[in-house]
Amino acid sequence: MTGFAYYSSVAMVTSVVVYLLALTAHAAEWASARRVEPEPGSRARQERLEADLIRVDRFGRVGLAMTVIGAALHVGGVVLRGLAAGRPPWGNMYEFVTSTLAFLVVGYLVLVARGRMRWLGLPVTLLLVLGQGLAVTVLYVAVAPLVPALHSVWFVIHIVAAAVAGAMFNVGGMASVLFLLRTRAERRGRVAGYLRRLPDAEALDRIAYRAAAFAFPLWTFTIAAGSIWAQFAWGRYWGWDPKETWSLVTWVVYAAYLHARATAGWKGTRAAWLGLLGVAAFWWNFVGINLLVSGLHSYAGI
Amino acid sequence: MTTREFLRFAWTQLTAMRTALVLLFALIVAAIPGSLGPRVLPQRPNNPVLVREFLDAHPTLGPLLDRLGFFDVYGAPWFAAIYLLLMVSMVGCIVPRIAVYARNVRAMPSGAPRRLDRLPQHVAGETGRTASEALDAGQAWLLARRYRVRRQAGELSGERGYAREFGNLLFHVSILGVLAGVAVSALAGFKGSVIVTEGAAFSNSLSQYDDFTSGGLFDRSSLAPFTVWVDRFDVEFERGPVQRGAARQFLVHARVAEGLGEPVAAKLEVNTPLLTRSAMVNLIGHGYAPVVTITDARGATAFSGPVVFLPQDGNFTSLGVVKAPDARPQRIAVEGIFVPSQSRAGGTGPLSTFPAPDNPVLWGTLWQGEPRAETGRPENVYSLDTTGLTRVMDGADPASFRLAVGETHTLPDGSRVTFDGLRRWAKLQVSDTPGLPIVWASVALGVLGLLLSMFSKPRRVFARVTDAAGAAPRVEVGGLDRVDARTGLAEDVAGLASALGLRADAAEDDEAGTGREEHT
Ligand code: HEM
Repeated sequence: MTGFAYYSSVAMVTSVVVYLLALTAHAAEWASARRVEPEPGSRARQERLEADLIRVDRFGRVGLAMTVIGAALHVGGVVLRGLAAGRPPWGNMYEFVTSTLAFLVVGYLVLVARGRMRWLGLPVTLLLVLGQGLAVTVLYVAVAPLVPALHSVWFVIHIVAAAVAGAMFNVGGMASVLFLLRTRAERRGRVAGYLRRLPDAEALDRIAYRAAAFAFPLWTFTIAAGSIWAQFAWGRYWGWDPKETWSLVTWVVYAAYLHARATAGWKGTRAAWLGLLGVAAFWWNFVGINLLVSGLHSYAGI
Repeated sequence: MTTREFLRFAWTQLTAMRTALVLLFALIVAAIPGSLGPRVLPQRPNNPVLVREFLDAHPTLGPLLDRLGFFDVYGAPWFAAIYLLLMVSMVGCIVPRIAVYARNVRAMPSGAPRRLDRLPQHVAGETGRTASEALDAGQAWLLARRYRVRRQAGELSGERGYAREFGNLLFHVSILGVLAGVAVSALAGFKGSVIVTEGAAFSNSLSQYDDFTSGGLFDRSSLAPFTVWVDRFDVEFERGPVQRGAARQFLVHARVAEGLGEPVAAKLEVNTPLLTRSAMVNLIGHGYAPVVTITDARGATAFSGPVVFLPQDGNFTSLGVVKAPDARPQRIAVEGIFVPSQSRAGGTGPLSTFPAPDNPVLWGTLWQGEPRAETGRPENVYSLDTTGLTRVMDGADPASFRLAVGETHTLPDGSRVTFDGLRRWAKLQVSDTPGLPIVWASVALGVLGLLLSMFSKPRRVFARVTDAAGAAPRVEVGGLDRVDARTGLAEDVAGLASALGLRADAAEDDEAGTGREEHT
């Protein structure tokens, strides 16, 4: 391994370490927020509370700073990988996972910069550590050219759309998880610690919806672009290949999610579960189908 | 709208959406069995051989699953029932909504409700302007913000975001468009495939195809004439250590002639099909055709030419049959195994270590028999019907040969099999999918519809100005979003209020709904 490929790998592996630090900081933020209960009390108590809050906030800021550094390494790693391969870096699973997560972390940082979204830090860094960790340890493959079936502009378009949509599905999924946790806490009347620092359930629901609403048209386009590509590469635009079928299933699950949100009795909790089912379908299609089910798509090299 | 009408409307809406949800779930569940992959539940259209093996391995379960359509889930009646039901339900829901929408678009916004303070956003206070000045200013403000405005007796109603419903309807209708395109392709299209060896040509007529399917409305005698010559076929595989053996290049140097026209040079690759006027020609497979000559015991050439062998694995170990029915005194047949890169390890049988022809070897066993009368019945060229044939033996074992290019094997009766060389073959698929433009146009419209519907903000705002005798006119502004999950309502209400001249200090702010606006 030489040059770009080498530096790409170094950057990727380092990013996992830095993300791990970020995760630790956010976990400390979560854990220390647990004890911070704004109770009416003496002056001394109030002062202690304030000090606690500052400490909680400091953990959060350290987590964010680490995420920014990790993201820089990560994006650098993806770009270098592309330079090493002399093509867009999403020709196999390793490259697709790292690229999708790069879109995810950049999207998260944009959301943080634009609004108060730092509370997503814990789930985001958790996902980054797991995903990037899996990528550099299990999925890693050395740089290689593409098989001829991937020589297509539609390949580039299709995968970028899929990666961005996937990143947004994941953001929505995280918001749904937090929504479920927060609703449960609200129902029990005990919204404490980290959960209190989250937006209220309604806002979380809205964020989950927005992420899905952003991703759904893009996912529709992803499937269409894939079908155009399939028509050129394989001579048929749709063949019920397992991968194709599961991308359609994912699409239908999200259509059901959007319907559920507009249906009395399905709003809220049930809709959130559907959103999570959508993320699960996305990941199954991506990891499960590639690893466990053989089809036309699996030749892309794991 | 009266309460009763409203309830009925709400009820139909509710049931329709419920139906849609249930059917969408059903579609998801129904799609799963077919997507588990060939190892769990093979599907006949993709893996007919695996289906046969499954049926052999599961003599009780297999036929049952077969009868229930589980080997062709996406062609099964119950799968069709679900999506057709979904479409019927959708049409039932969409058509009335289109009618309602058409009426709403032509109608003016409805009048302001009596109690504006019940709306999610509401401000009230005094204005420094006269009532009509204030209303003029408010109207101008609303129009500038692309609200549709209705003004009547001291009141303004503004509505915006009609694009949402339009986009939503467009999206649902476009789903029907996609189905229509698929149906057109299935009815009026065709698809066929043919194997062409290097140096040979294919003419677009029914008799030349290896397999051919077409829709009910396709006239099989109407195939437009064209010819494709496969002059040369360049194939490269990865030789480096990473992904060794993976395909790197498939390039057919071809010539194409439409009708009686002159042949034109063309390149055919995996992602660049040839487009003739009436069909698309894709390269969908490749393999080797050993060139074999069989000389019979009298010294006459009984067969000579390339024979298509079918690949069995990733390294292109391939099986094929060479038949010389004209050999005399006995006809001859060879069951062959072609190995492009014969393993050099001692004692190994036919084993390929690489897909490229680095060390091509033809292995074979031989059959001989009395000449047979020509029946004219088509025969499978890839398998050998051994009736009337006997295996050529070498002592107690079947005689076999192993030939490198240029080598010859001689049979006990003096007839000879020569491995002359090697050609590649390309599997071409010729198809016409006339509904495809409909499908893709519909998808494009559907995405457009989704974007319109997801990113427009349907909103209503109202203003009322009441003249109070002897005092400054009183202004009341309220607003609501038609769909939750939107922002900016508070800003619009405040903006309209200030356009009406509401004095900021005098505003009796009612922040009923503003708490929801945080964290966005
Ligand atoms: C079975 C009949 C169907 C009915 C009665 C129906 C009805 C509706 C209605 C009333 C809405 C608007 C919800 C809102 O205001 O937020 C909606 C939205 C939506 N529908 Fe359907 N639909 C049907 C089928 C489908 C199908 C088959 C799909 C695609 C798989 C689909 C995908 C969507 C999507 C993605 C939205 C969200 C669009 C938006 O929020 O603007 N629908 N549907």
